[in-house]
Amino acid sequence: MTAILHADDGDALPAYAVAGPDALGLRGATRWPARVDRDWAFGGSTGAGATVCVVDSGVDAEHPLVGNVARALAVTIDDEEAHVDPDTAGDVCGHGTACAGIIRSVAPECEIVSVRVLGEGFVGSGPALIEGLRWAVDQGFDVINMSLSTTKERFVADLHALTDAAYFRRSLIVASAHNMPVRSYPWRFASVVSVASHDIDDPLVYLRNPDPPVEFYGRGVDVEVAWADGATLRASGNSFATPHIAGICALIRAKHPDLTPPEVKTLLGLTATNAEDAR
Amino acid sequence: MTGETTSIAAGLLPTDDLHRALLRSIVDVSRAIFRARAASVFLLDTGSDELVFEAVSGEGEESLVGRRFPSSTGIAGFVLVTGQSLVLDDVTADPRFAAQAAESTGYVPKAIMAVPLVSGEQVLGVLEVLDRPSGERFTMQEADLLGLFAVQAAVALDLLQRSRSARAVLSGGAGAEASALTRLAAAIESAEGKERAAALELVSALERLLSQPR
Repeated sequence: MTAILHADDGDALPAYAVAGPDALGLRGATRWPARVDRDWAFGGSTGAGATVCVVDSGVDAEHPLVGNVARALAVTIDDEEAHVDPDTAGDVCGHGTACAGIIRSVAPECEIVSVRVLGEGFVGSGPALIEGLRWAVDQGFDVINMSLSTTKERFVADLHALTDAAYFRRSLIVASAHNMPVRSYPWRFASVVSVASHDIDDPLVYLRNPDPPVEFYGRGVDVEVAWADGATLRASGNSFATPHIAGICALIRAKHPDLTPPEVKTLLGLTATNAEDAR
Repeated sequence: MTGETTSIAAGLLPTDDLHRALLRSIVDVSRAIFRARAASVFLLDTGSDELVFEAVSGEGEESLVGRRFPSSTGIAGFVLVTGQSLVLDDVTADPRFAAQAAESTGYVPKAIMAVPLVSGEQVLGVLEVLDRPSGERFTMQEADLLGLFAVQAAVALDLLQRSRSARAVLSGGAGAEASALTRLAAAIESAEGKERAAALELVSALERLLSQPR
Protein backbone atom coordinates (compact mmCIF):
# COMPACT_ATOMS: atom_id res chain seq x y z
CA MET A 1 0.00 0.00 0.00
CA THR A 2 2.86 2.37 -0.75
CA ALA A 3 2.48 3.27 -4.41
CA ILE A 4 0.35 6.38 -4.77
CA LEU A 5 -0.72 5.90 -8.36
CA HIS A 6 0.56 4.39 -11.55
CA ALA A 7 2.75 7.05 -13.10
CA ASP A 8 0.60 6.97 -16.21
CA ASP A 9 -0.08 10.49 -17.29
CA GLY A 10 -0.88 9.55 -20.85
CA ASP A 11 0.52 11.95 -23.39
CA ALA A 12 0.74 14.87 -20.99
CA LEU A 13 3.78 17.07 -21.42
CA PRO A 14 6.50 16.56 -18.84
CA ALA A 15 6.99 19.58 -16.60
CA TYR A 16 10.30 20.53 -18.21
CA ALA A 17 9.17 20.35 -21.83
CA VAL A 18 8.80 23.29 -24.16
CA ALA A 19 5.17 23.56 -25.23
CA GLY A 20 4.72 22.42 -28.82
CA PRO A 21 2.19 23.45 -31.46
CA ASP A 22 -0.50 21.23 -29.92
CA ALA A 23 -0.34 23.17 -26.67
CA LEU A 24 -0.42 26.50 -28.49
CA GLY A 25 -3.51 25.34 -30.35
CA LEU A 26 -5.19 24.55 -27.00
CA ARG A 27 -6.05 21.09 -28.18
CA GLY A 28 -8.95 19.70 -26.19
CA ALA A 29 -9.77 23.00 -24.53
CA THR A 30 -13.33 24.30 -24.16
CA ARG A 31 -14.14 27.71 -25.63
CA TRP A 32 -15.72 29.85 -22.95
CA PRO A 33 -18.26 32.51 -23.89
CA ALA A 34 -17.74 36.13 -22.85
CA ARG A 35 -20.30 35.64 -20.09
CA VAL A 36 -21.17 32.31 -18.58
CA ASP A 37 -24.49 31.41 -17.06
CA ARG A 38 -26.19 28.23 -15.93
CA ASP A 39 -27.67 27.68 -19.32
CA TRP A 40 -24.19 27.51 -20.83
CA ALA A 41 -22.85 25.55 -17.84
CA PHE A 42 -25.38 22.73 -17.78
CA GLY A 43 -28.57 23.76 -19.60
CA GLY A 44 -30.11 20.69 -21.27
CA SER A 45 -27.69 18.30 -19.56
CA THR A 46 -29.07 15.18 -17.93
CA GLY A 47 -25.67 13.92 -16.87
CA ALA A 48 -25.69 11.39 -19.73
CA GLY A 49 -22.13 10.36 -20.49
CA ALA A 50 -20.74 11.42 -17.11
CA THR A 51 -19.55 8.85 -14.58
CA VAL A 52 -19.92 9.43 -10.84
CA CYS A 53 -18.30 7.29 -8.18
CA VAL A 54 -19.85 7.17 -4.70
CA VAL A 55 -17.17 6.34 -2.12
CA ASP A 56 -19.33 5.50 0.89
CA SER A 57 -21.20 2.73 2.75
CA GLY A 58 -22.32 0.94 -0.42
CA VAL A 59 -25.49 1.57 -2.43
CA ASP A 60 -28.81 -0.29 -2.42
CA ALA A 61 -29.04 -0.77 -6.19
CA GLU A 62 -32.65 -1.95 -5.94
CA HIS A 63 -33.85 1.33 -4.49
CA PRO A 64 -36.27 3.07 -6.87
CA LEU A 65 -34.71 6.48 -6.16
CA VAL A 66 -31.27 5.19 -7.12
CA GLY A 67 -32.21 3.55 -10.38
CA ASN A 68 -29.30 1.81 -11.94
CA VAL A 69 -25.88 1.20 -10.37
CA ALA A 70 -23.41 0.39 -13.13
CA ARG A 71 -20.91 -1.35 -10.82
CA ALA A 72 -20.69 -2.03 -7.10
CA LEU A 73 -17.36 -2.78 -5.48
CA ALA A 74 -16.03 -3.06 -1.96
CA VAL A 75 -12.63 -2.54 -0.40
CA THR A 76 -11.46 -5.26 1.95
CA ILE A 77 -8.25 -5.23 3.94
CA ASP A 78 -6.59 -8.59 4.31
CA ASP A 79 -3.19 -8.84 6.03
CA GLU A 80 -2.51 -5.15 5.32
CA GLU A 81 -3.25 -5.88 1.66
CA ALA A 82 -6.17 -3.99 0.12
CA HIS A 83 -8.48 -5.58 -2.40
CA VAL A 84 -11.19 -3.97 -4.48
CA ASP A 85 -13.69 -6.64 -5.49
CA PRO A 86 -17.25 -6.85 -6.79
CA ASP A 87 -19.67 -6.36 -3.90
CA THR A 88 -23.05 -7.86 -3.21
CA ALA A 89 -23.49 -6.59 0.36
CA GLY A 90 -25.44 -3.51 -0.73
CA ASP A 91 -25.38 -0.70 1.83
CA VAL A 92 -24.12 -1.36 5.39
CA CYS A 93 -25.62 1.88 6.72
CA GLY A 94 -28.05 3.55 4.32
CA HIS A 95 -25.95 6.64 3.78
CA GLY A 96 -24.39 5.69 0.45
CA THR A 97 -27.86 4.96 -0.93
CA ALA A 98 -28.93 8.44 0.18
CA CYS A 99 -25.99 10.01 -1.67
CA ALA A 100 -26.60 7.97 -4.84
CA GLY A 101 -30.31 8.89 -4.77
CA ILE A 102 -29.49 12.61 -4.53
CA ILE A 103 -26.97 12.40 -7.40
CA ARG A 104 -29.58 10.54 -9.49
CA SER A 105 -32.22 13.20 -8.76
CA VAL A 106 -29.93 16.01 -9.95
CA ALA A 107 -28.26 14.18 -12.87
CA PRO A 108 -30.81 11.49 -13.83
CA GLU A 109 -28.83 9.94 -16.68
CA CYS A 110 -25.33 9.86 -15.23
CA GLU A 111 -23.63 6.53 -14.61
CA ILE A 112 -23.24 5.70 -10.91
CA VAL A 113 -20.57 3.38 -9.53
CA SER A 114 -20.37 2.48 -5.84
CA VAL A 115 -17.21 1.74 -3.89
CA ARG A 116 -17.94 0.58 -0.38
CA VAL A 117 -15.23 1.59 2.09
CA LEU A 118 -17.24 0.95 5.26
CA GLY A 119 -17.81 -2.36 6.99
CA GLU A 120 -14.20 -3.31 7.68
CA GLY A 121 -14.34 -2.05 11.25
CA PHE A 122 -13.04 1.27 12.54
CA VAL A 123 -9.45 0.10 12.55
CA GLY A 124 -9.51 -0.78 8.86
CA SER A 125 -11.47 2.30 7.88
CA GLY A 126 -8.52 4.60 7.12
CA PRO A 127 -6.73 2.18 4.77
CA ALA A 128 -10.08 1.23 3.17
CA LEU A 129 -10.86 4.90 2.52
CA ILE A 130 -7.45 5.49 0.93
CA GLU A 131 -7.65 2.37 -1.23
CA GLY A 132 -11.22 3.10 -2.30
CA LEU A 133 -10.23 6.59 -3.36
CA ARG A 134 -7.06 5.32 -5.06
CA TRP A 135 -9.12 2.90 -7.10
CA ALA A 136 -11.64 5.61 -8.03
CA VAL A 137 -8.90 8.02 -9.12
CA ASP A 138 -7.21 5.25 -11.13
CA GLN A 139 -10.49 4.59 -12.96
CA GLY A 140 -10.75 8.25 -13.98
CA PHE A 141 -14.36 8.92 -12.99
CA ASP A 142 -15.62 12.36 -13.99
CA VAL A 143 -16.86 13.03 -10.44
CA ILE A 144 -16.03 11.31 -7.14
CA ASN A 145 -18.45 11.89 -4.26
CA MET A 146 -16.83 11.67 -0.84
CA SER A 147 -19.32 12.45 1.89
CA LEU A 148 -16.75 11.41 4.46
CA SER A 149 -13.52 12.49 6.05
CA THR A 150 -10.81 11.22 8.36
CA THR A 151 -9.07 12.88 11.31
CA LYS A 152 -6.15 10.44 11.20
CA GLU A 153 -3.03 12.46 10.46
CA ARG A 154 -1.07 9.46 9.19
CA PHE A 155 -3.29 9.28 6.11
CA VAL A 156 -2.95 12.95 5.22
CA ALA A 157 0.10 12.62 2.94
CA ASP A 158 -1.47 9.76 0.95
CA LEU A 159 -4.79 11.56 0.70
CA HIS A 160 -3.11 14.74 -0.41
CA ALA A 161 -1.17 12.94 -3.14
CA LEU A 162 -4.34 11.18 -4.30
CA THR A 163 -6.46 14.32 -4.47
CA ASP A 164 -3.69 16.09 -6.41
CA ALA A 165 -3.43 13.13 -8.79
CA ALA A 166 -7.21 13.28 -9.30
CA TYR A 167 -7.03 17.02 -9.98
CA PHE A 168 -4.46 16.55 -12.74
CA ARG A 169 -6.27 13.55 -14.22
CA ARG A 170 -9.60 15.34 -14.51
CA SER A 171 -11.40 13.46 -11.77
CA LEU A 172 -13.29 16.01 -9.73
CA ILE A 173 -13.49 15.06 -6.04
CA VAL A 174 -16.44 16.62 -4.21
CA ALA A 175 -15.94 16.24 -0.44
CA SER A 176 -17.99 17.00 2.68
CA ALA A 177 -16.69 19.59 5.09
CA HIS A 178 -16.71 18.92 8.82
CA ASN A 179 -19.12 20.99 10.87
CA MET A 180 -17.14 20.51 14.05
CA PRO A 181 -13.99 22.29 15.18
CA VAL A 182 -11.69 19.36 14.36
CA ARG A 183 -9.07 18.93 11.64
CA SER A 184 -10.19 16.43 9.05
CA TYR A 185 -9.43 15.57 5.43
CA PRO A 186 -9.64 15.53 2.40
CA TRP A 187 -12.11 18.41 2.23
CA ARG A 188 -9.48 20.94 3.40
CA PHE A 189 -7.35 20.38 0.30
CA ALA A 190 -7.54 22.98 -2.48
CA SER A 191 -7.61 20.24 -5.13
CA VAL A 192 -11.13 19.11 -4.11
CA VAL A 193 -14.49 20.90 -4.07
CA SER A 194 -15.50 21.20 -0.41
CA VAL A 195 -19.15 21.40 0.56
CA ALA A 196 -21.22 22.38 3.60
CA SER A 197 -25.00 22.87 3.90
CA HIS A 198 -27.53 25.59 3.33
CA ASP A 199 -31.15 25.20 4.41
CA ILE A 200 -32.91 26.40 1.27
CA ASP A 201 -35.31 23.78 -0.01
CA ASP A 202 -34.10 23.77 -3.62
CA PRO A 203 -31.65 21.22 -5.04
CA LEU A 204 -30.29 23.68 -7.58
CA VAL A 205 -29.50 26.43 -5.11
CA TYR A 206 -25.76 26.43 -4.49
CA LEU A 207 -23.77 29.16 -2.86
CA ARG A 208 -20.13 30.08 -3.15
CA ASN A 209 -18.30 30.88 0.06
CA PRO A 210 -15.77 33.68 -0.24
CA ASP A 211 -14.18 32.53 3.01
CA PRO A 212 -12.72 28.98 2.49
CA PRO A 213 -11.78 26.24 3.30
CA VAL A 214 -15.50 25.49 2.77
CA GLU A 215 -15.96 26.58 -0.84
CA PHE A 216 -19.60 25.82 -1.59
CA TYR A 217 -22.89 25.30 0.19
CA GLY A 218 -25.39 22.79 -1.19
CA ARG A 219 -28.84 21.74 -0.08
CA GLY A 220 -28.30 19.71 3.07
CA VAL A 221 -31.20 20.32 5.44
CA ASP A 222 -34.40 18.28 5.64
CA VAL A 223 -33.69 16.43 2.43
CA GLU A 224 -35.94 13.52 1.49
CA VAL A 225 -33.39 10.76 0.86
CA ALA A 226 -33.30 7.11 -0.17
CA TRP A 227 -32.06 4.77 2.57
CA ALA A 228 -31.18 1.10 2.80
CA ASP A 229 -33.77 -1.59 2.18
CA GLY A 230 -36.03 0.60 0.09
CA ALA A 231 -36.69 3.16 2.85
CA THR A 232 -36.93 6.91 2.46
CA LEU A 233 -36.43 9.36 5.30
CA ARG A 234 -35.67 13.01 5.93
CA ALA A 235 -32.06 13.78 6.66
CA SER A 236 -29.76 16.72 7.31
CA GLY A 237 -25.99 16.97 7.15
CA ASN A 238 -23.13 18.17 4.97
CA SER A 239 -22.90 14.65 3.67
CA PHE A 240 -26.21 15.22 1.86
CA ALA A 241 -25.20 18.65 0.56
CA THR A 242 -22.14 17.08 -1.11
CA PRO A 243 -24.02 14.81 -3.57
CA HIS A 244 -26.16 17.79 -4.64
CA ILE A 245 -22.98 19.58 -5.73
CA ALA A 246 -21.57 16.33 -7.16
CA GLY A 247 -24.76 15.97 -9.23
CA ILE A 248 -24.41 19.52 -10.57
CA CYS A 249 -20.75 18.80 -11.40
CA ALA A 250 -21.90 15.70 -13.29
CA LEU A 251 -24.30 17.86 -15.34
CA ILE A 252 -21.45 20.26 -16.15
CA ARG A 253 -18.96 17.52 -17.01
CA ALA A 254 -21.49 15.74 -19.21
CA LYS A 255 -22.01 18.91 -21.21
CA HIS A 256 -18.38 20.06 -21.21
CA PRO A 257 -16.23 16.95 -20.93
CA ASP A 258 -13.02 18.88 -21.64
CA LEU A 259 -13.27 21.16 -18.63
CA THR A 260 -10.58 20.54 -16.04
CA PRO A 261 -11.37 20.35 -12.30
CA PRO A 262 -10.27 23.97 -11.64
CA GLU A 263 -12.38 25.10 -14.58
CA VAL A 264 -15.45 23.26 -13.24
CA LYS A 265 -14.84 24.81 -9.84
CA THR A 266 -14.59 28.28 -11.41
CA LEU A 267 -17.79 27.64 -13.35
CA LEU A 268 -19.56 26.58 -10.16
CA GLY A 269 -18.46 29.81 -8.49
CA LEU A 270 -19.54 31.96 -11.45
CA THR A 271 -22.97 30.33 -11.61
CA ALA A 272 -23.59 30.10 -7.84
CA THR A 273 -26.93 31.43 -6.69
CA ASN A 274 -25.27 34.20 -4.70
CA ALA A 275 -22.92 35.14 -7.55
CA GLU A 276 -25.43 35.68 -10.34
CA ASP A 277 -26.34 39.20 -9.26
CA ALA A 278 -22.73 40.16 -8.77
CA ARG A 279 -21.72 39.42 -12.34
CA MET B 1 3.00 8.83 51.52
CA THR B 2 2.87 12.56 52.13
CA GLY B 3 -0.22 14.56 51.30
CA GLU B 4 1.46 15.91 48.18
CA THR B 5 2.22 12.50 46.75
CA THR B 6 -1.23 11.33 47.57
CA SER B 7 -2.73 14.22 45.63
CA ILE B 8 -0.46 13.54 42.66
CA ALA B 9 -1.49 9.91 42.72
CA ALA B 10 -5.15 10.86 43.01
CA GLY B 11 -4.82 13.28 40.10
CA LEU B 12 -3.11 10.66 38.00
CA LEU B 13 -5.34 7.84 39.00
CA PRO B 14 -9.01 8.76 38.97
CA THR B 15 -11.32 5.93 39.74
CA ASP B 16 -13.74 4.26 37.37
CA ASP B 17 -16.47 6.09 39.24
CA LEU B 18 -15.25 9.39 37.82
CA HIS B 19 -15.23 7.93 34.33
CA ARG B 20 -18.80 6.72 34.73
CA ALA B 21 -19.91 10.02 36.29
CA LEU B 22 -18.49 11.97 33.35
CA LEU B 23 -20.21 9.72 30.79
CA ARG B 24 -23.45 9.94 32.71
CA SER B 25 -23.20 13.72 32.82
CA ILE B 26 -22.54 13.89 29.06
CA VAL B 27 -25.73 11.97 28.25
CA ASP B 28 -27.83 13.73 30.91
CA VAL B 29 -26.77 17.19 29.69
CA SER B 30 -27.26 16.23 26.03
CA ARG B 31 -30.74 14.99 26.78
CA ALA B 32 -31.60 18.10 28.80
CA ILE B 33 -30.26 20.62 26.25
CA PHE B 34 -32.32 19.14 23.44
CA ARG B 35 -35.36 18.14 25.53
CA ALA B 36 -34.99 14.64 24.14
CA ARG B 37 -36.38 11.28 25.21
CA ALA B 38 -32.98 9.66 25.35
CA ALA B 39 -29.28 10.27 24.81
CA SER B 40 -26.47 7.76 24.64
CA VAL B 41 -22.72 7.50 24.31
CA PHE B 42 -21.08 4.70 22.34
CA LEU B 43 -17.37 4.29 22.94
CA LEU B 44 -15.03 2.57 20.54
CA ASP B 45 -13.39 -0.51 22.04
CA THR B 46 -10.20 -0.53 19.98
CA GLY B 47 -9.32 -4.03 21.23
CA SER B 48 -12.37 -5.73 19.76
CA ASP B 49 -13.08 -2.97 17.19
CA GLU B 50 -16.67 -2.64 18.44
CA LEU B 51 -18.89 0.18 19.59
CA VAL B 52 -20.08 -0.22 23.17
CA PHE B 53 -23.08 1.49 24.78
CA GLU B 54 -21.29 3.13 27.72
CA ALA B 55 -23.97 5.45 29.09
CA VAL B 56 -27.64 6.04 28.44
CA SER B 57 -30.01 8.69 29.76
CA GLY B 58 -33.76 8.18 29.38
CA GLU B 59 -35.25 5.36 27.29
CA GLY B 60 -33.14 2.23 27.56
CA GLU B 61 -31.01 3.39 30.46
CA GLU B 62 -31.74 0.23 32.41
CA SER B 63 -30.93 -2.29 29.73
CA LEU B 64 -28.53 -0.92 27.15
CA VAL B 65 -25.24 -0.26 28.88
CA GLY B 66 -22.59 -2.79 27.85
CA ARG B 67 -24.21 -3.83 24.57
CA ARG B 68 -21.84 -4.09 21.62
CA PHE B 69 -22.17 -3.41 17.90
CA PRO B 70 -19.87 -3.63 14.86
CA SER B 71 -17.86 -0.41 14.68
CA SER B 72 -18.35 0.48 11.02
CA THR B 73 -21.93 -0.41 10.19
CA GLY B 74 -25.25 1.21 10.96
CA ILE B 75 -25.81 4.87 11.72
CA ALA B 76 -23.44 5.10 14.72
CA GLY B 77 -20.76 3.21 12.77
CA PHE B 78 -21.06 5.61 9.86
CA VAL B 79 -20.68 8.64 12.14
CA LEU B 80 -17.72 7.04 13.91
CA VAL B 81 -15.84 6.14 10.75
CA THR B 82 -16.61 9.19 8.60
CA GLY B 83 -16.69 11.86 11.30
CA GLN B 84 -19.82 13.31 9.69
CA SER B 85 -22.72 14.45 11.88
CA LEU B 86 -26.14 13.20 10.83
CA VAL B 87 -29.68 14.31 11.59
CA LEU B 88 -32.21 11.68 10.56
CA ASP B 89 -35.95 11.83 10.80
CA ASP B 90 -38.19 8.78 10.81
CA VAL B 91 -35.52 6.11 10.87
CA THR B 92 -38.37 3.65 11.49
CA ALA B 93 -38.75 3.74 7.71
CA ASP B 94 -35.54 1.69 7.54
CA PRO B 95 -36.88 -1.79 8.36
CA ARG B 96 -33.46 -3.21 9.20
CA PHE B 97 -32.68 -0.41 11.63
CA ALA B 98 -36.11 -0.59 13.26
CA ALA B 99 -35.84 -4.35 13.73
CA GLN B 100 -32.38 -4.10 15.27
CA ALA B 101 -33.42 -1.29 17.61
CA ALA B 102 -36.54 -3.10 18.70
CA GLU B 103 -34.67 -6.31 19.29
CA SER B 104 -31.86 -4.75 21.30
CA THR B 105 -33.70 -2.09 23.27
CA GLY B 106 -37.43 -2.54 22.91
CA TYR B 107 -37.46 1.13 22.01
CA VAL B 108 -37.59 2.22 18.39
CA PRO B 109 -36.56 5.86 18.01
CA LYS B 110 -38.00 7.96 15.22
CA ALA B 111 -35.50 10.81 15.09
CA ILE B 112 -31.75 10.62 15.63
CA MET B 113 -29.09 13.28 15.90
CA ALA B 114 -25.61 11.71 15.94
CA VAL B 115 -22.17 13.35 16.21
CA PRO B 116 -18.69 11.88 16.59
CA LEU B 117 -16.70 12.26 19.81
CA VAL B 118 -13.40 13.61 18.53
CA SER B 119 -10.46 14.85 20.56
CA GLY B 120 -7.57 15.97 18.36
CA GLU B 121 -7.22 13.13 15.89
CA GLN B 122 -8.64 10.60 18.34
CA VAL B 123 -12.11 9.38 17.47
CA LEU B 124 -13.45 8.00 20.74
CA GLY B 125 -17.03 7.19 19.93
CA VAL B 126 -20.43 8.60 19.04
CA LEU B 127 -22.94 10.74 20.92
CA GLU B 128 -26.59 10.30 19.97
CA VAL B 129 -29.71 12.21 20.96
CA LEU B 130 -33.05 10.54 20.24
CA ASP B 131 -36.60 11.84 19.79
CA ARG B 132 -38.42 14.74 21.35
CA PRO B 133 -41.67 14.10 23.16
CA SER B 134 -43.09 17.11 21.28
CA GLY B 135 -42.22 15.38 18.00
CA GLU B 136 -40.45 18.57 16.93
CA ARG B 137 -37.58 17.88 14.49
CA PHE B 138 -33.93 18.25 15.35
CA THR B 139 -32.27 20.97 13.25
CA MET B 140 -28.80 21.32 11.71
CA GLN B 141 -28.13 24.20 14.12
CA GLU B 142 -28.85 21.84 16.99
CA ALA B 143 -26.53 19.24 15.49
CA ASP B 144 -23.80 21.92 15.34
CA LEU B 145 -24.43 22.72 19.01
CA LEU B 146 -24.33 19.04 19.91
CA GLY B 147 -21.07 18.80 17.94
CA LEU B 148 -19.53 21.61 20.00
CA PHE B 149 -20.60 19.95 23.21
CA ALA B 150 -19.29 16.63 21.91
CA VAL B 151 -15.80 18.10 21.47
CA GLN B 152 -15.76 19.21 25.11
CA ALA B 153 -17.05 15.82 26.20
CA ALA B 154 -14.48 14.04 24.04
CA VAL B 155 -11.57 16.03 25.46
CA ALA B 156 -12.68 15.15 28.99
CA LEU B 157 -13.13 11.50 28.02
CA ASP B 158 -9.76 11.42 26.32
CA LEU B 159 -8.09 12.70 29.51
CA LEU B 160 -9.90 10.14 31.62
CA GLN B 161 -9.07 7.30 29.26
CA ARG B 162 -5.40 8.29 29.28
CA SER B 163 -5.31 8.21 33.06
CA ARG B 164 -7.19 4.92 32.98
CA SER B 165 -4.45 3.39 30.86
CA ALA B 166 -1.80 5.04 33.06
CA ARG B 167 -3.41 3.40 36.05
CA ALA B 168 -3.41 0.04 34.29
CA VAL B 169 0.30 0.49 33.62
CA LEU B 170 1.10 1.56 37.18
CA SER B 171 -0.81 -1.28 38.72
CA GLY B 172 1.60 -3.71 37.10
CA GLY B 173 1.56 -5.81 33.98
CA ALA B 174 3.19 -4.12 31.04
CA GLY B 175 4.40 -1.16 33.01
CA ALA B 176 7.05 -2.69 35.25
CA GLU B 177 9.44 0.23 34.72
CA ALA B 178 6.89 2.95 35.36
CA SER B 179 5.69 0.96 38.32
CA ALA B 180 9.21 0.82 39.76
CA LEU B 181 9.56 4.58 39.31
CA THR B 182 6.32 5.20 41.15
CA ARG B 183 7.44 3.02 44.04
CA LEU B 184 10.78 4.80 44.09
CA ALA B 185 9.08 8.22 44.16
CA ALA B 186 6.89 7.09 47.02
CA ALA B 187 9.91 5.71 48.93
CA ILE B 188 11.87 8.97 48.53
CA GLU B 189 8.81 10.95 49.55
CA SER B 190 8.50 8.97 52.76
CA ALA B 191 12.26 9.02 53.60
CA GLU B 192 13.65 11.46 56.17
CA GLY B 193 16.88 13.24 57.17
CA LYS B 194 20.17 12.12 55.66
CA GLU B 195 18.59 9.23 53.87
CA ARG B 196 16.23 11.54 52.03
CA ALA B 197 18.98 14.07 51.21
CA ALA B 198 21.20 11.30 49.82
CA ALA B 199 18.36 9.86 47.74
CA LEU B 200 17.55 13.29 46.30
CA GLU B 201 21.25 13.84 45.53
CA LEU B 202 21.35 10.54 43.70
CA VAL B 203 18.25 11.44 41.67
CA SER B 204 19.78 14.84 40.78
CA ALA B 205 22.97 13.11 39.65
CA LEU B 206 20.93 10.72 37.54
CA GLU B 207 19.03 13.61 36.02
CA ARG B 208 22.32 15.40 35.14
CA LEU B 209 23.72 12.24 33.63
CA LEU B 210 20.67 11.64 31.45
CA SER B 211 20.53 15.25 30.27
CA GLN B 212 24.15 15.20 29.02
CA PRO B 213 24.37 15.88 25.29
CA ARG B 214 25.18 12.65 23.42
